[in-house]
This record gives sequence, C-alpha cells and structure tokens, in this order.
Amino acid sequence: MTLLPFLAAGWIFLVGVYGMVTSRNLVHAVGCLAVAQSSTYVLLLGVGFRKGATAPVFADVPVGTSVVDPVVQALVLTDVVVGATVTALLLSLVIQIRKRYGTLDPEALTGLKG
Amino acid sequence: MSGISGGVDALVVVTLVLVTAAATAAALTRDPVRQAAVLSGLGLCLALLFLAVQAPDVALSQLAVGTAFTPLLILLTVRKVRRSGRGEASGDGGARGKGDARGDRGAGTARRGGGR
Amino acid sequence: MNRRARNVLFLIAAAVFAAAFTAACTGLPAFGTSRHPYGSRAIGASIQRRTANVVSSVNFDQRAIDTLGEESILFGAVLGSVVLLRRARDENRQDPVPGRVLPTTLLLGAGLLPVTLLVGVYVIGHGQLSPGGGFQGGVVLATGLHLAYVAADYRVLRRVRPVAVIGAVDAAAAGAFSALGLAGLIVGAAYLQNVLPLGTFNQLTSGGLVPLINAAVGVEVASGVVVLLAQFLDQAVEIESPPDGGKGRRTHPSPEAS
Repeated sequence: MTLLPFLAAGWIFLVGVYGMVTSRNLVHAVGCLAVAQSSTYVLLLGVGFRKGATAPVFADVPVGTSVVDPVVQALVLTDVVVGATVTALLLSLVIQIRKRYGTLDPEALTGLKG
Repeated sequence: MSGISGGVDALVVVTLVLVTAAATAAALTRDPVRQAAVLSGLGLCLALLFLAVQAPDVALSQLAVGTAFTPLLILLTVRKVRRSGRGEASGDGGARGKGDARGDRGAGTARRGGGR
Repeated sequence: MNRRARNVLFLIAAAVFAAAFTAACTGLPAFGTSRHPYGSRAIGASIQRRTANVVSSVNFDQRAIDTLGEESILFGAVLGSVVLLRRARDENRQDPVPGRVLPTTLLLGAGLLPVTLLVGVYVIGHGQLSPGGGFQGGVVLATGLHLAYVAADYRVLRRVRPVAVIGAVDAAAAGAFSALGLAGLIVGAAYLQNVLPLGTFNQLTSGGLVPLINAAVGVEVASGVVVLLAQFLDQAVEIESPPDGGKGRRTHPSPEAS
C-alpha cells in the first residue's frame, strides 16, 4: 500500500511511452503522450496525500484541521489545463504534417525533404 | 475514525487500479477514434482518484479537460485528416479499411452544420 | 533505425527506468505521510492572507510568478495553434451542409446552455473560497458554450463566439495578469506581491490580489479554449484541403504510380 500509488505512476508512464514508441499513427502518439503525462499527476498527488486529512479548503472546516498538501495540487491543477492546450498544439502540427506529406505514419516520414 | 479512513484507503486503491487499467487500455488502443473514447474514460477515472485523495480542485479541472476537451480535439483531428485523405490509398496508420467507415460515423456529429 | 532495434532500445531503457524509479520510490516518505513541510507553510501563509482555498492561494498569490509562466505557455500554445491552423493559400472555405436537429436535443441544449455558463462563472468567481478557480471554470465556460453547436448548428455557434473578438479578449486577459503584478511595484513592494486589502476571511472579496488574478486567468483560459476549438472546428468542418496532400511532396507512391 505504501508504494502502490508511486509504482502505478511509473507503470502509467512506461505504458504511455511504449504506446508512443510503437505508434504507427501520429494522432495515436499524441494520445499516448497524454497518458504518459497523466502519470505525473498520479505521482504528485500521491506524494502530497496525508492519511485521514481533508481537502485544503477552509471554507467549511475550522482552521487547523489536518489537510493534504496543497502545493502539489496547485502544480497539478495548472498542468492539467496547460497540458491540454499543448496537446492541441501538437495536434495542429499533426494536421500540418498530414497536409504537407500526405501521411500520418511516423515511419513514412524519414529524413528531411526540401 | 479508523473505519472512515479505512474506507478512504480502499477507495484510493480501487480508483488507482481503475486508472492504471484505463491508462493501459488507452495506450494500447491503436485506432484514434476508439482511443479518444478510452481517454475520456481515463479522464473520468483520474477525476475519481483525485477526489479520493482529497483534491477536488484538480478533479474538477481533470473532469472538464480530460473527459471533454482532449477527446474532442482528437476526434476533430481525425475528422480533418480522414476528410482530406478521402479517396486516397494513403497510410493513415493502423486499421485503415475499417477505420474509414468508423471515422465517418464518428465524424457525423462534426459534419452537421450550416442552417436549418 | 528499424522497428526491431527501436523496440529493443525501448525495452532496455524501460528496464533501467523501472529499476531506478522503484529504488527512488522506496526512498520517498510513505504514501499518506503526515509530514508535509512545504504544505504546512503554504497553509499558514494562506490563512494569514485570508484565502480559504489554499490551492488558489498557492496558485495566484504565493507562487503567482510560476502561474504567470504557465499562463504564458497556455497563451503561446493557443497562438501556435492559430498560426498552424490558419487557412492556407491552396485551401477553400466551404459552407457546411445543413443538418437536422432533434427537437429534444434543441430543447435540452438550449436549457443547459445558460446553466453551464452560470456554473462556469460561479466556479471562476468562487475560486478563492471553494474548490474551483480560473483554470477549471474557464474550461467549463468554454466547453459549455459549444452546447450551442450541439443543440443548434455551426452558424449559431459562429454568431455567439466571434473569434476575432475572443482572440483579442484572450490577449487582453494575458496582459492583465502581467499588469496586475505591477500593483506591487507601484506601492514599493515586489512584483506580484499581494498588496491589496485582504478583506474578511471566507468572504467573496477576501484574498486581496487572488480574486483579480483568478478572474484574469479564468477569462484567458475560457477565451483560449474557445479560440482553439474554433480553429479545430474550422479545419474539421469548413476548410477543404487539396486532396493530394499539399504540393506534391508525398513520401509514398500514389495509386496511379504503383
């Protein structure tokens, strides 16, 4: 139990990278990158968890209650949204590649062409 | 109190296993249209896990982005790619023959436009 | 590199990573530890600045300069997508074919649209008090707007979100974040330092600079996501690319040639 969340994060990262390495379609590769990225969320929130604590919001619990680590949550929160826009940037690159080279298979995109 | 925190622990373990399974399935799904659907499920599982580890802020963010925004972008990209590649024997990757019919169906919602 | 060599390379790298990562994990504090030095200090600072949601306090006050960086990445990514997906010279714009909408879909969409927009604004507005804030509420607001497309059609969506205006709003909100930081410099404190009156704990006006930066980020995320989706919808629905994949630079034999 004490290692399970961290090891799960490692597994999610590896399986995402495996998908990217063996991908035959750039859209699929971008999806796998999103999977690999989500491993960092699991890892960070696993580090910040505190047993028996509540969420770090003092709107309806008295000040001084035991809460989980808010710093890692702030990191993950911004990354979820910013990561999605970066995914959008990658997908627009994929659309451009499809337009210019007529293929989405990374293996067909060998070398630089003028 | 120990009963409550024991329940929370079980919830963390269950959602963690769900997330791991969904992530594995998403990475191994080769067809982008199907992968978008699995990614949306992964987003939902991640949101549940974040709730279980007391991160409602992150869960909200993940729910909006992971289940709606990212899969939608992937579907729109697939629609664009398949539309510009119609009638071509190009290597769009994995399951081409079957994928075309499925892509057209998946893109049906995106094609609906114009006036009424 | 051929496929087999690449797979072997991946397996070696994965094995090394797995071993090193597992070893590193055993050195981490156990899952659920009660020792969080950074977290405890962040909570103290947040209470002192009368912000009930500590996560918002970390994002928009204690580590606001980091968020400025994140927000710039977001702005840059949106800008890059707009540049990459603009209509090229060899592409034509084609009006989409009209479709039929079920009356029930129309009713549900028209009913849900104002509710979703209201929820988005609420989530942004209460960012310093309850779970939520500019990042989450912005995405809710932007995706909720697209109910107009699901319920009605593309022309209605185009009318409710003039992309040129929303793009300008995006830039203005990104600039507003940087400008808000100047408030600290004006009174002789540090950039992005929380110098505004802090208000009463757990009130909508509490937290000083936090609600303002939060609102700027909310507007920027919402308009950024709207602009992004507009570019992708344009590509998927309207813009017709030439069928031969660009300027004849194809990397595989065409059906005629083979």
